Amino acid sequence: MNEQFRTSDLSIAVSPHIGTRVSMQADAVKVRVRNVNAFYGEKQALKNVSMDIPARAVTALIGPSGCGKSTFLRCINRMNDTIPNARVTGDITIDGQNIFDPKLDVVQLRARVGMVFQKPNPFPKSIYENVAYGPRIHGLASNRAELDEIVMSSLEKAGLLKEVRDRLNDLGTGLSGGQQQRLCIARAIAVSPEVILMDEPCSALDPIATAKIEELIDELRENYCIVIVTHSMQQAARVSQRTAFFHLGELIEEGDTAEIFTNPRKMQTRDYITGRYG
Amino acid sequence: MREHIVRSYQEELALLDRRVAQMGGLAENALGQAFDALEKRDPRLAEAVIASDKAIDRLEREVDDQVVTMIALRQPLADDLRQVIAALRITSDLERIGDLAKNIAKRALAISQEPYPKPLMSGLRNMVERAMRQLKDVLDAYAERNSELALAVWRADEQIDAMYNSVFRELLTYMMEDPRNIGLCTHLLFGAKNIERIGDHTTNIAEIVHYLVHGEPITDDRPKGDQTSSTPISRD
Repeated sequence: MNEQFRTSDLSIAVSPHIGTRVSMQADAVKVRVRNVNAFYGEKQALKNVSMDIPARAVTALIGPSGCGKSTFLRCINRMNDTIPNARVTGDITIDGQNIFDPKLDVVQLRARVGMVFQKPNPFPKSIYENVAYGPRIHGLASNRAELDEIVMSSLEKAGLLKEVRDRLNDLGTGLSGGQQQRLCIARAIAVSPEVILMDEPCSALDPIATAKIEELIDELRENYCIVIVTHSMQQAARVSQRTAFFHLGELIEEGDTAEIFTNPRKMQTRDYITGRYG
Repeated sequence: MREHIVRSYQEELALLDRRVAQMGGLAENALGQAFDALEKRDPRLAEAVIASDKAIDRLEREVDDQVVTMIALRQPLADDLRQVIAALRITSDLERIGDLAKNIAKRALAISQEPYPKPLMSGLRNMVERAMRQLKDVLDAYAERNSELALAVWRADEQIDAMYNSVFRELLTYMMEDPRNIGLCTHLLFGAKNIERIGDHTTNIAEIVHYLVHGEPITDDRPKGDQTSSTPISRD
C-alpha cells in the first residue's frame, strides 16, 4: 500500500500528502537526536530516543499522556534546563552543531529554536511590542524602520497582519484565542528561527481557529523545520509529513505520516491509533 | 461550496476530481476507438486501444491510494466524504468500462479478416454512439454535480438495452442462415454484450452521482430492458 504517489501527467500544486513524500536523505536532516535519555529526579521520562528530524517539514509527536513527547520537544531548545530536577543525556545536533556544547549560548539557541505553547501567552504589551521585543533584545534591527519591517513581515507570515494592521498599539491580550496564538507565532518568527517547536498549539482553540493555524503551519513549513506535539492524532494526520509515536518514554515508531496512519509497522502503534489502547 | 480553510486539502479534492475526469476521458476514447477498430478492420488501432488500457488501470490505482490516504489523514465529512467515496466507486466502474472496451478491440483483431456485414455493423454503431453519449453525459453530471442529468442517464439505459435485444436477434438470424457466419457473429455478439455492459456501468455511475449530490440512493427501480437472458432460441 502507498507506493509513491505519481501524478500521471496532471500538474498539481504540492500538498502535504499527495504527490510528495518527505524522504530522509542526509542533507535534509535538520535535527539529529541520538540516544537521548531524560529524567525528572529518579523518574525516567525518555529512554534512549534516536531520530532524525527533517528540515522544511512538519514532524508530529503523538502518544498517550505521560509518554514523553513534551519532554522530548523541550530537549530540542533545552527548555528542560529550566526545570530544577530535570536531567538530559545523549546527543542532539542542529545542522551538525551540538546543542549541549558548554560554549553554546543557550539564549541564542532559543532564538534559533522558537517555541509556541498550548495556552497562548502574549506579553501584556501592545501587539507591536509583542513582536518587536525579541528582535530588539537580540539586536536584530539597527533602527526603527528596520524594526517596523521585521514586525510587519512577521505578522504577515503569521497570517495576522491584515486583521491587526490598524490597531498595532492595542494590547496583545485583547485578541481572540486564535489571534493570540498567531501573535505568539509571529513573535517566534520575528527572531528568525530555523526550527519552530509547537506544544499542542491548538488545544485551546475552536475548530475554525485550529484550521487557520493548520493552514499557517502548511505555509510555514516551506521555510522552517516544525515539530509539533499533539494529543489529537487527527491533527497529526492532517498537518505533518513525519510522525513519531512515543509510549512510556520510548520512541516506538517513526515514519512517513501517510504510512503510519494507513499501515503502521508496530502493533503498539496500530493499537494506539485505532483506539485499541488501555 | 466555499473553499476549505486549508488550501492543500482543497487542492487534494480538486486533484481527485481531475483524476476521475481524466480516467473518464480515457474510457470514452477507448470505447470510441475500439469500435472504430472493429468497424474499419484496423488492427493497429485495436492494438493501440489494448495498450492504452494500462493508463486507465494506473489511474484507478492512483485514485484508490489517494482515497485511502485522504480518509486516513483528512477525516473528510459530509460532502467531502461523499466525494471521496464516490470517486472510489466511480473509478471502479470506469476501470471496468476500460476493460470492456479493450475486449471489443480484441474482438476487432479476431475478425479483421472476416467479411463485413453492413447492416449488423450499423446496428452496433448506433449502440456504441448511444453508449458514448451516456458516458459523456454521466461524466459531465459528475463534474457539474448535476443530479438531474445523472437521473436522465439512469433512465435512458433502456434504449441501449432495446438496441441490444434487436442486435442479439439479428445476430442469431445471421448465424442460423449460414453456419460460416458463426465465428464472426459470436465475436460481434460478445462485442454487443460488452457495449450493453458499458451502458450498465454508466448507470451505476449515475446512481453514484445522485448519492454524491443528495446523500441518498435513487429509490426507484431502474427500468431494465434487456430481455436476452429469457429469449428462446428456436430454429423455425
